[in-house]
Amino acid sequence: MNWLQRNIRPEQIREFSLLLLIVVAITIFSALIPNYFVPRTFDRIASSVAIIAVAAVGQTLVVLTRNIDLSVGSLIGCSAYFAGTMAGLDKGLPPIVVVLIAVALGVAGGIVNGLIVTLGRVPSIIVTLGTLAIYRGFLVDLSGAKTVTTDSLPKWIVDLPHASVFSLGKLDFTVSIVLTLVIVAIFQFAITRMNYGRRFYAIGSNPDAAQLIGMPLRSTVFTTFVLSGALAGLAGFLTLARYGNITVDNGRGLELQVVAAVVVGGVNIFGGSGTVVGAMLGAVLIGTLEQSLYRLDISEFWRDALLGLLILLAVASDAVILERLRALWSRTELKLIDKPPPQVGAVGGSPP
Amino acid sequence: MKALALLKSWEGLLLFLLIVIVGLSFENSPVYMGVGNIVNLFQLEIEKIIVALAMTLLIINGEIDLSVASVMGLAACVVAWMFHHGVSMPLAMLAALVAGAVAGLFNGFWVAYVGLPSLAVTLAGLIGYRGIARILVEDRSYGGYPAWFNAIGQHPQFGPLTVSIIVFAILFVVTAVVLHLSGFGRLVYVMGNNLQAARYSGIRVRPIKMSLFVASSTVSALAGILYATRLGSVRGDMAQGFELDIITMVLLGGVSIFGGSGNLAGVGLSILAILNLRNGMGLANITGNTQTSVIGALLILSVLVPNTVDMIRNKWKGRTT
Repeated sequence: MNWLQRNIRPEQIREFSLLLLIVVAITIFSALIPNYFVPRTFDRIASSVAIIAVAAVGQTLVVLTRNIDLSVGSLIGCSAYFAGTMAGLDKGLPPIVVVLIAVALGVAGGIVNGLIVTLGRVPSIIVTLGTLAIYRGFLVDLSGAKTVTTDSLPKWIVDLPHASVFSLGKLDFTVSIVLTLVIVAIFQFAITRMNYGRRFYAIGSNPDAAQLIGMPLRSTVFTTFVLSGALAGLAGFLTLARYGNITVDNGRGLELQVVAAVVVGGVNIFGGSGTVVGAMLGAVLIGTLEQSLYRLDISEFWRDALLGLLILLAVASDAVILERLRALWSRTELKLIDKPPPQVGAVGGSPP
Repeated sequence: MKALALLKSWEGLLLFLLIVIVGLSFENSPVYMGVGNIVNLFQLEIEKIIVALAMTLLIINGEIDLSVASVMGLAACVVAWMFHHGVSMPLAMLAALVAGAVAGLFNGFWVAYVGLPSLAVTLAGLIGYRGIARILVEDRSYGGYPAWFNAIGQHPQFGPLTVSIIVFAILFVVTAVVLHLSGFGRLVYVMGNNLQAARYSGIRVRPIKMSLFVASSTVSALAGILYATRLGSVRGDMAQGFELDIITMVLLGGVSIFGGSGNLAGVGLSILAILNLRNGMGLANITGNTQTSVIGALLILSVLVPNTVDMIRNKWKGRTT
């Protein structure tokens, strides 16, 4: 038990159980659905997970600091639409520029959110509820109800979903999957191993204490909103590449799925605990359910009901089981520290 | 002095805003102040403002209910499904209300008795209840209700007023009495201000939280039924996304998202301001989408402006003393 407690944190048990749940889900689906284990299934699940996972990484950073970003759905829609329009207008535009346009739009949205939250001291749920409507409004007004179509896009974007970086057996790892994995790896390293990343946890656990020890509270929170915007922009580009046809309604309601992935992934909605890998696993579980349920003979309409139940279970297990585990862990830690110190100077002390 | 204090208060600001909006709209369109337009103005968003009343209690209590719009959809779908499976209409409507109450019990159980964050629980409810509604009606559209059912929503029954408006008026008075004149209302505030202190002073916080969630969901179910009577047909995606509008109405009314402060007068004024703004912009040929953006901006400004004024005032004080 002691070895276990020294080497594994409760959060890792939580992530492991999520992984187990994904395996169980896949096993059940493969028993129910004929021809489940084909590359096509993997491809379909992975490309839909990629979009949500990338946005969920940014959302995790924001949620860790006790904030929330509800505007990501609108930002994904904006960046997908405008990057698609630009790429369609000038087909010679180099790929990196198109990606940068998408990311820059997201960053711009994130800067606005971050400034109002940190300088204006407005609660993030109010700010992003407002910008959710405002960014969508921009998109609908500026687009003039036109649609980006696959025909108008340059060939490299249309081909991107099929461009494989490397293959594992019959499974193709496409650009978007590799990109997602790289992003998750980078941010996981940054928030668990780097000084700057640990600040997110410190601020989320106790903002007052973080400020007292001299952490730049506002600039850090601001950074999380900018990063969330940037990653939403990137998710917008992935959406553009995956679907090709982008209407002004693109990404509407996606913020709920992103928040759901984060919550299922074990990130505490009140900040201070959770990991990027957890959020990605949450996105994978949701994506697997979403893409598999509609191939079952029972109606696809069960999907939402199951997803709701899943979120509830995730949060409940977080509160009930994880809290117990944490308590157990910290009790042992206390025991290790609390060994009674050797009584050296018992002469001048205790009253009779 | 009292007038000045009113002007500086949140409600004063909203009242000023309301007068400006009504003034501009009246100048823009001469039909604006007609009885027909005023009834119409309420009628178009009546379901949302009914739910906003119950939401006010919950947010003051320090919780939030994101699942209201899904419960509205669920109630409408329960009515449609039962009616088309041969259940008489009054019984179907009763079943829908019960479904709403059960949804509220479910939310309340997890929040009040297990202690989960309401944001997460009702997010699950938002997705889950919508899912149950979808299971019931799938992607069909159910119409063909009895004439009296459609008449409830579509024709004025009391002079120029419809049943929904009467329901809203009654609920507004009931909410005002409960929140501002009863001991229960004081407890709602106390719990929103400091839940720990409330618990330690012997208040039975769990049943109170539970009853607020049940009230919120039951009122949402009622609003969902009224929405069905107004539209005359029911689909699975009914009322989708309404929760954002409803929460905006409450927060714009000066209710703190952290609980413990705000009052129903503010929410009433904010409802009037939003209704008039939407209606006025509609008469000025501004699209619904831009209207939503303007209200989003208003929501942010409603907190940003007082904060900025406070900050500047504090800085000024710091310099002079």
